[in-house]
Amino acid sequence: MILWTVMMFVLAGFVGHHVIHGVPTLLHTPLMSATNAISAISVVGAIVVAGSEYETVRTILGVTAVAAAMCNVVGGFLITERMLKMFKGGGPGPKGGRG
Amino acid sequence: MAPQEQIIEIAYFVAAVLFILGLKLLASPKSARRGMHLAELGMAIAIGGTLLDHHIITYTWIVVGAIIGAVAGIIIAVWTPMTAMPQRTALSHAFGAAAAALVGISHYYSEGANLPVGAMVALGIEVMLGSLTFTGSMVAFAKLQGWLPGMPLTFKGQNIFNLALLAGIVTATVWVIVSPATSTLFYAMVGLALAFGVLFVMPIGAADMPVVIALLNSYAGLAGAATGFALGNKILVIAGTLDGASGLILSIIMCKAMNRPITNVLFGAFGKAPEAGPDSGVKGSVRSMTAEQAAELLAGSESVVVVPGYGMAVSQAQHAVKELADVLGERGIDVRYAVHPVAGRMPGHMNVLLAEAGVPYDKLFDMEQINDDFPRVDVAIVIGANDVVNPAARNNKASPIYGMPILNADKAKSVLVLKRSMAPGFAGIENELFYMPNCMMVFGDAKKTVGEFSTALKQKAKAA
Repeated sequence: MILWTVMMFVLAGFVGHHVIHGVPTLLHTPLMSATNAISAISVVGAIVVAGSEYETVRTILGVTAVAAAMCNVVGGFLITERMLKMFKGGGPGPKGGRG
Repeated sequence: MAPQEQIIEIAYFVAAVLFILGLKLLASPKSARRGMHLAELGMAIAIGGTLLDHHIITYTWIVVGAIIGAVAGIIIAVWTPMTAMPQRTALSHAFGAAAAALVGISHYYSEGANLPVGAMVALGIEVMLGSLTFTGSMVAFAKLQGWLPGMPLTFKGQNIFNLALLAGIVTATVWVIVSPATSTLFYAMVGLALAFGVLFVMPIGAADMPVVIALLNSYAGLAGAATGFALGNKILVIAGTLDGASGLILSIIMCKAMNRPITNVLFGAFGKAPEAGPDSGVKGSVRSMTAEQAAELLAGSESVVVVPGYGMAVSQAQHAVKELADVLGERGIDVRYAVHPVAGRMPGHMNVLLAEAGVPYDKLFDMEQINDDFPRVDVAIVIGANDVVNPAARNNKASPIYGMPILNADKAKSVLVLKRSMAPGFAGIENELFYMPNCMMVFGDAKKTVGEFSTALKQKAKAA
């Protein structure tokens, strides 16, 4: 079982290396907020902690973790979109991109 | 496997595919938004799947946490100005790391003593990385926000102290892995890791923040991946690894762009005290110009390249720069932008600011794309950049920045340097460029000066 996970880790590393190298310098700031939003998938771990009936301490830790991760999910994707919306091409006309 | 679990596994797999596709589409600004929509869909599917988990008994607390987080996320996303993007990024690394650490601590709290060694290794790494990334990112945030001084804060023997602290953390982690029941040591490790994060980022100067942010990005991702190992959750491993790889690649790119090994960035306290060694000896006279004279020079040019730096962000000059480009464009003058990889406080910082001002991205050029063009450029306008255009990097072996790839702004026919005063740049190094015969200084606030250029050019157009 752990072996499968290790394999997954190595393969994801290769895929990450390949995909990230394809992102131009132009978009490195949105890239950072996008990967940050994606890695906030740790919210699923937090959800299980917050929702299972354990001691109060655990619930408090879980709820805090859900809030922190969810902030990154929502905030990360929103801000990435906000940035990407600003990147406009020159357009066909000589006066493209103005205004 | 119960059908429920199968659905969750499939949801995670679909999410992983969508995440990878989403990042893949970031290869071009044209497809990037479509990519983000796919990634968002992936996130929704993964979260939806998780809610089916049979461990979940009550949704109340999940909803409470999710609403608090979502509201905070919306507020931050909507209100953060583009100039503050580095701070926001540092803060989001802190949150991501905190989430990983908290999940790990609660995991240990309830089942610590009974965890198998494999899970305990993952949990130890998760909590250690999560804790130190949390405080490290908070310090980076405070430095970028100006709540802490941007210069390196050091004390004697700091590197040795930090190393000893790190050794202590690793020892404690190994100990807890071997005998998971020693909970005191586990919580001591958390405390030490939190302290280490602070001490680790304190000695790093603000101008080196692009590397630090990228590195903390990587740690936050790896902490997430370790969470995945500890919980046996594959989507966490995949997403965390993608994030970790991204951060690592960006930090390597940043270090290469400064020609400094990462160890120097992390432990060198660069920009601490300008060493009182012999100067490069490039004294000479500095010539300055008024904004009107500079406008005259611009009016007579055919090709202009703007070199933005952190100073442009500080004085919020990006909109004024765009206006100037429009005025010049009306005169048929070609305006392009040359962006150094470490200009600003995070990777891609300048590109985002100029995009915000409405500069089309096909006018933004990387160093390699534009550097050979400078000899054919009539006027290079350096706005708030300093070390990235210092020719000492090319020809002065004694200079601390020797070997760093720089923008060849000095090779342009004329160079206008917009600067507040003659104070040296972050690295505390004299800039030879300012003394070169083709270089003219225009002193004052960058935003104001650029605005004056535009006004003077407009008046000239009216008079003609």
